[in-house]
Amino acid sequence: MPTRIRNVLLASVCVICAVVVWVAYDHSVAADCAAGAHLTSATGGKDLADAHMEQWKRTNPQRVKDWVAEEKERHAIMPPADNSHLLKGEQGESHSYGRFTERDILIWAREAEKMVVEGSRIFHDGDALGSTVAVSCDMCHPDGSNTHPETYPKFQTQLGRVVLLRDMINWCIENPVRGKRFEPDDAKMRALEAYIYAQRKGTPLEYGKH
Amino acid sequence: MRPKHKSVETKYMQERQAFYDDLKKLDRRSFLKVSAAAFGAVAAQGLLPPNSFQPVNLAYGASAAGESESFRFAYISDSHLYEKDINDRFAVSLMRAVDDVNSLDPQPDFVFYGGDLAQLGQPKELDLGAAILKNLKAPLKIMVGEHDWFLDMGEKWRALFGEPTESWDHKGVHFVKLLSVIEEDFWTARGMTPMERMKTVAGLDNGVQRPFTVGAEQREWLKKDLAGLADEAPLVVFSHSPLYKLYKNWNFWTDDADEVQAILKRFKNVTVIHGHTHQMLTNRIGNIHFHGLLATAWPWPYAPEGMPELTIEMTRPDPFNPQDGCGDGEVAVYADGLVDKIHSFWNRNPVTVGRKYTLSWGKEAVPPRPNRPSY
Ligand code: HEC
Repeated sequence: MPTRIRNVLLASVCVICAVVVWVAYDHSVAADCAAGAHLTSATGGKDLADAHMEQWKRTNPQRVKDWVAEEKERHAIMPPADNSHLLKGEQGESHSYGRFTERDILIWAREAEKMVVEGSRIFHDGDALGSTVAVSCDMCHPDGSNTHPETYPKFQTQLGRVVLLRDMINWCIENPVRGKRFEPDDAKMRALEAYIYAQRKGTPLEYGKH
Repeated sequence: MRPKHKSVETKYMQERQAFYDDLKKLDRRSFLKVSAAAFGAVAAQGLLPPNSFQPVNLAYGASAAGESESFRFAYISDSHLYEKDINDRFAVSLMRAVDDVNSLDPQPDFVFYGGDLAQLGQPKELDLGAAILKNLKAPLKIMVGEHDWFLDMGEKWRALFGEPTESWDHKGVHFVKLLSVIEEDFWTARGMTPMERMKTVAGLDNGVQRPFTVGAEQREWLKKDLAGLADEAPLVVFSHSPLYKLYKNWNFWTDDADEVQAILKRFKNVTVIHGHTHQMLTNRIGNIHFHGLLATAWPWPYAPEGMPELTIEMTRPDPFNPQDGCGDGEVAVYADGLVDKIHSFWNRNPVTVGRKYTLSWGKEAVPPRPNRPSY
């Protein structure tokens, strides 16, 4: 096959893959995809993605509904920053980076918010937190209050060392919630951090504050 | 190989089993034993606060001429009990409160329970609460909280404790107990099961639920109940939610508070005592003096806005001590119907929010300020 044609073919496969992944994107799906390497094969990528989606829908019937809208109705969530000012004024012709469309801005907001909403869902759900005593974070931290993410890193006197927000999250998971600590890169930990930070929107960072 | 030492978790599960085995055969004698065992660990670490079992000295109150207290009642509130197989932590805390109150000498005239005995309104939760409260030496008066109510709309609670709304007179003071957590029907249209409805109401920051109300029917009842009283009559009103509008998002709020306050307006002095907020909370609107109750289960954070000026916050709780910021307390009632509110924290010095403090609009007898205020 002439190199040029092969390159074109390869490029289009990449584009198709990217589109498939983008369309089917969801937290759990993304996790499934990462686990099954077969999605990367060029043939039948869409079929596989559809199959995954079907399987996910069967195992998560309660979330086939618009879970983002539902969670937002239940719990007040701080909106992400509004970036629409980037659309105003001259869009520099010579730079490709920094030339954004309305669609870009919509996607950023929607995707950022989705992670925060997922965090809110976990924060308010003792089962998702793995609590053995049916306790969830909102019982003591309604709307994420009193979690003070802006104060980390700080020296936690009772632990005798400097900790990050996730260490204190894990501490509360192990103690009041009586669950098992999450790995720092666990999707649930990342979502919890996202929610807790989002709820303190507008508060200046002040690391070390007690 | 058999492990030489039991893990913390194993020990915990065994202690928990023993605790519930004993709870089954509860009478006054074994109750003391059980609760002593429950606090054994705490006492062994030297953490038992000295104030819990000591009569509290009032720094003021009896001193001013003709202004001595007439009688006292004790309070316990917001225990949020789960079924025993799920979580015993909150049951242990309620037992601690019962112990505290039983060791008051002299005994209070009665004990007032401020609502939210159960977490999810389940019969087993309410039964457990009733079994523990039965051990109080003084007579019990108990009020409904939303956590007790929204599974079966009060059926079990009524069967155990009787009417959610009532009034009585005690040593010249008129007492009224309201059901202040009535919510408009949000569940039928959504096709919710009773448990879904209960869990929605149980989430403090859950925005699907509606604001609390006393409702037109009870307001009518209240008007009639108070009709025969002179304007100078001493009056104490109990409501689970604060009978004013503090912070709507967490239902630190009663939607028809203005209407209820209008009914209370003609009286010279009114004391309103509420649960629900799990914190030291003080307010005064005209002639009405409001006091919040501590919880036995866990402390809530303060609302991010709308805080009443008279409130002196309690210090932020220490997450490393699950009973910090919790407690029970006493209420010293004066002949004019106003009260000294004594919060007996389990892990801190007791704090009195006195009659003089609210009467002077916060100028006299100022309670200690927190060394770790909320932010
Ligand atoms: C039984 C009550 C309780 C539960 C449940 C609970 N916490 Fe906490 N947590 C506390 C208290 C009390 C504090 C101290 C708050 C303060 O300093 O004002 C705290 C502190 C924290 C802090 C540190 C705040 C600071 O000022 O540095 C974080 C972060 C936190 N909790 C996260 C969580 C998360 C996430 C969960 C759920 C997994 C959770 N907590 C569950 C009681 C609880």
